Amino acid sequence: MIDIILAILSTLGALSILFASIGILRMPDFYLRLSVTVKASSLGVGLLLICAAIMFPDDASVTTKAIAIVFFLILTAPIAAHMIGRAAYFIGTPLWKGTVVDELDGMYNKETHELQSDPDKAIDKSTSTFNDQIADNDKETR
Amino acid sequence: MTLSTYFDFIILPILTLSVVLVFIRLFKGPSIVDRVIALDLIITIGIGIITVYSIRQNQKILLDVAIILALIAFLGTIAFSYYIEKQKDD
Repeated sequence: MIDIILAILSTLGALSILFASIGILRMPDFYLRLSVTVKASSLGVGLLLICAAIMFPDDASVTTKAIAIVFFLILTAPIAAHMIGRAAYFIGTPLWKGTVVDELDGMYNKETHELQSDPDKAIDKSTSTFNDQIADNDKETR
Repeated sequence: MTLSTYFDFIILPILTLSVVLVFIRLFKGPSIVDRVIALDLIITIGIGIITVYSIRQNQKILLDVAIILALIAFLGTIAFSYYIEKQKDD
């Protein structure tokens, strides 16, 4: 019985890690790749660690370490993803050409690195030379 | 099929294939941030591989390595994004 539970949990974990890696290879731009990667890989590694915790039932240290790793991953993966996404937007990584709306367009002050939250104070794109980051073709992001 | 052969012949090959697929993105990624997240994902998959390996070899001590790898991955991504954001040559 416990073997079946372990097999199901490890299969789900390995498959979600596989989907994360297929997603990072196939998604059309950086931001979609980031969105796929962080969530699916955290879920997969969490399920594999639950497997390890079930596998050694009479040892509390394995359970403690598994809970510590899962807690640490859930705590740190969104922070790292947020910081790398923000840095990517600053250095001008292009968005996919099919992007419908870019709500950060003109809201970041590129000198002071401050975020302007009022849409009326954004940079006026009709008068400035600031052009949007949405890519014109597939070659820029692939 | 026992659980040990299932881990050996199904789970570990799936994880290895994932590492190979991510390595293609690390190799060809058009910008530096693609390479940073590919490296982060490789380390995260490495934590999973270490976990499965510690189950297979019955070595509980290997999970300590996984804790250290999780720390290193987080600090590496934070450091990369800090210095990428500071760079001046836009």
